[in-house]
Amino acid sequence: MSNYEETLIPQVGVITDVRIDTPDIKTFRVVTLDGKKAFDHRPGQCAMLSIPGVGEAMFSITSSPTNEEYMEFSIKKCGCVTEWLHQAEAGQQITIRGPYGKPFPVDDVFVGKNLLFIAGGVGLAPLRSVINYVRHYRDRYGDIDIVYGSRSKDDLLDYKEIIEEWATDAGVKVHLTIDNPQEGWDGHVGFVPNYVKELGFDTNKTAVLCGPPIMIKFTLEGLTAIGFDKTQIYTTLELRMKCGVGKCGRCNVGAKYVCKDGPVFRCDELDELPDEY
Amino acid sequence: MQKIMREQLIEKAASLLNNGTVTAVLGWGKGEFDYDVTPAVFKTEEELKAGFVWNDFCGANFSKYLVKKTDRLEGKLLVFLKPCDTYSFNQLLTEHRFDREKVYAIGVPCNGMADIAKIKAVSGEGISAVDTNGEKIAVTTIYDDAPVMIDPADVLAERCINCKSKKHVAYDELLGEEGDVIDSARFDEVARLEAMSADERFAFWQNELSRCIRCNACRDACPACTCEKCVFDNPASGVENKSPANSFEEQLFHVIRAYHVAGRCTDCGECSRVCPQNIPLHLLNRKFIKDINEFYGEYQAGETVGSRAPLVNYTTEDIEPGEVFDRRDK
Amino acid sequence: MRKCSLNAVNEVFAEIAKAAKLYLPVDQADGSAAFKEWENGVTWSSALNTVKSPKDLFFPQTEDLMAFKTEGKSIEVIDTRREVEDFVVFGVRACDVKSFEILDRVFIKEPVDSYYASKREKGVIVALACTKPSETCFCTAFGICAEEPCGDVSAWKTEDALYFRANTEKGEALMKRLEALTEECGEDAVNAQKEKTAQIMKKLPLAKLDTGAFGGGKTEQLFNAPEWDELSSACLGCGTCTFVCPTCQCYDIKDFNTGNGVIRYRCWDSCMYSEFTKMAHGNNRLTQKERFRQRFMHKLVYYPENNDGLFSCVGCGRCLAKCPISMNIVKVMKKLGGKDSE
Repeated sequence: MSNYEETLIPQVGVITDVRIDTPDIKTFRVVTLDGKKAFDHRPGQCAMLSIPGVGEAMFSITSSPTNEEYMEFSIKKCGCVTEWLHQAEAGQQITIRGPYGKPFPVDDVFVGKNLLFIAGGVGLAPLRSVINYVRHYRDRYGDIDIVYGSRSKDDLLDYKEIIEEWATDAGVKVHLTIDNPQEGWDGHVGFVPNYVKELGFDTNKTAVLCGPPIMIKFTLEGLTAIGFDKTQIYTTLELRMKCGVGKCGRCNVGAKYVCKDGPVFRCDELDELPDEY
Repeated sequence: MQKIMREQLIEKAASLLNNGTVTAVLGWGKGEFDYDVTPAVFKTEEELKAGFVWNDFCGANFSKYLVKKTDRLEGKLLVFLKPCDTYSFNQLLTEHRFDREKVYAIGVPCNGMADIAKIKAVSGEGISAVDTNGEKIAVTTIYDDAPVMIDPADVLAERCINCKSKKHVAYDELLGEEGDVIDSARFDEVARLEAMSADERFAFWQNELSRCIRCNACRDACPACTCEKCVFDNPASGVENKSPANSFEEQLFHVIRAYHVAGRCTDCGECSRVCPQNIPLHLLNRKFIKDINEFYGEYQAGETVGSRAPLVNYTTEDIEPGEVFDRRDK
Repeated sequence: MRKCSLNAVNEVFAEIAKAAKLYLPVDQADGSAAFKEWENGVTWSSALNTVKSPKDLFFPQTEDLMAFKTEGKSIEVIDTRREVEDFVVFGVRACDVKSFEILDRVFIKEPVDSYYASKREKGVIVALACTKPSETCFCTAFGICAEEPCGDVSAWKTEDALYFRANTEKGEALMKRLEALTEECGEDAVNAQKEKTAQIMKKLPLAKLDTGAFGGGKTEQLFNAPEWDELSSACLGCGTCTFVCPTCQCYDIKDFNTGNGVIRYRCWDSCMYSEFTKMAHGNNRLTQKERFRQRFMHKLVYYPENNDGLFSCVGCGRCLAKCPISMNIVKVMKKLGGKDSE
């Protein structure tokens, strides 16, 4: 035994609920063995989940810090850890450590601002934490717009929550879009960057982007074209991580470590990094 | 001292560049010292004159570089090949690893390359100059005004002591005179290992391989290792290119690699040359070559293009597994 | 300052080894040196340096982190950390001593890496001054004094004696144990050696290597430099430079299924490897040029930017000696630093 706490040593968590969101995304509810939340976190922060023998990977915490009972993770099936998780049932134990990374500045910069959330696909997962946080403290913030798009209606994450809870909130406008026309869909059809252009937002907002790199690239271009300054736009990065605490070197880009200096970055900060994220 | 001088090679390369036969030259680039040459691509006569090197430290086998360097090249690439390099050249052609039409190969005679570690063992550290143009290698250090004179034969690289051939088996043009295949003593060390008991042999390899740091230099320099995706780079294999989890794994890496290149290894010696821990890796490969020679008749990988290696060429005369088993302690 | 006769050096080793494991450079059969545990009969190598740096003793190439037992759906996490015993590393050169300051700034920064920190707490470093540096040495470029290394104890070896000076509490404690085997002495012999070595350092071919073009804030000037293409062109993508480097500290964490539970271990990793940044859905450094650039940018720009200008290179010269294609940080610095660096 050692005198030191060791961040690399995780605690055991248990999956208490598995929700099928889309054909390739499931949302996992996780608590500790004694039924509590594993640790406190801030919106935008991440946790390392692992299955011994399979591996460990970093996931953004989808649930809001205001949820004091459990954490949720919306996870897309794409690698060995996620594939294993997708086969897991309620009652399965996993390991969890965190929280890691810099959160969104919800308690200072965002306060009093109109907020514009723009997400594509599973990119809604990290934003859900922020959205539910600002909805919880609704009176601290101005108007909220949420633009969210996916390949199809079936690929929209948290659809039920969006329609039943977010869209019905006062001062919250939800704008959904899917890539291609689909039977039973009478909403907008088209890619997120174009939809953002069509919606033509006022620049008196702080924007938060998350989605595939190509979506971020074009949405960012669109926003700056209509007058947004890069200091008004936030996004989150995703790189391969192992330690989560800025030591193993994997997520190093320029002088930053995405795991500890990110994953949340203001877009003007990204301009100072070499282009390899 | 090499028979062909640096200036002759530069003159040749410059003329081929200038008359448009080739668009680039793959050669040895000048380093910080006289011995630390780096493979480099030269595109003009000026670049050649400024940085092209040919001396007793040009050990790197360029054959493998042809796979990547000719990939998107407009025109032809001039490559200088020592006799041993030409075997790898042919073997890579046999395996369709690069386009022969994109290469202009010039054979360069080789008197054997020097091992800087062996030179330092004689001269000590602090080398300020090494001159290999004379009969003796003159090594000057910062500690002594007079150079140390060394007989090149005393500091030959291991693979050159056991040089298998001074004959070029492939080229478009040959500089100097053609040499002969040498009846070398390269299998003596293998025979010495074979004469050991199984336990002694295991201890020998365990001791050697215990120094392995899994840097993969042997694999990355090996002209027979040209897989697009190596199993040791595949995260799903559980043995991807990291340090060994245990001593078993480090043996596994080298044994698997030796099996994989068996019958294709030309015995160029790059693996042992690049090993930072001086592990005699070539002996694993040489054991396979010796076995193949004994079981299936003499075979030299890369001697010709398109030859079918015994291990991939079943014949009814092939040795029976039982007989191989019976010979195991011979 | 204290000294002992070189003839008595094995008695000193034996005395140290009574209370702590003692590691020191030992010649290997292949002619190179490596840090090995001392026991009676083991001879201290006179080699300038080891192939692998002594970082291995604090940040081992492979190290178990923890274990797991799994049964059905349940998991048990087992903290396998053990109390680290006292140990002494003898004969560490000035460059390698400096490397620990660089590693400390990574591992002993919140959250502290307990595996490394506990070894740093227990390990005593006896540094040895250089007298015959190699042409590949360039520690002076990073402000390191080869003739006067730091460490818990500084040592100087002359023709006939070994001199010691304790620098830290741990060093004092070690010297106390050696009191009977050493005697108080003047500093003349050591000063003469230092002066002589300092003169030699000036004569080294890389003595004037200049770091002026590098350091924090230089990303924009250097990252897109066209020279990276040529510099990286022959790189094999192996990990030799990384693994012999005393300051490289990137690691991977892997699980090993023993058939009777799972061991989670870490091992050295290399940013030169193609899989280093590979994720399930992509890789942000697809070419060897990008991976090659990362290694040198990290040592010369990113690390100094985060660490008060301290470079993550100590000029030990191992990569110069060991790179299969003889490409190295000196060539990178000279090429990118322009004429000023030559």
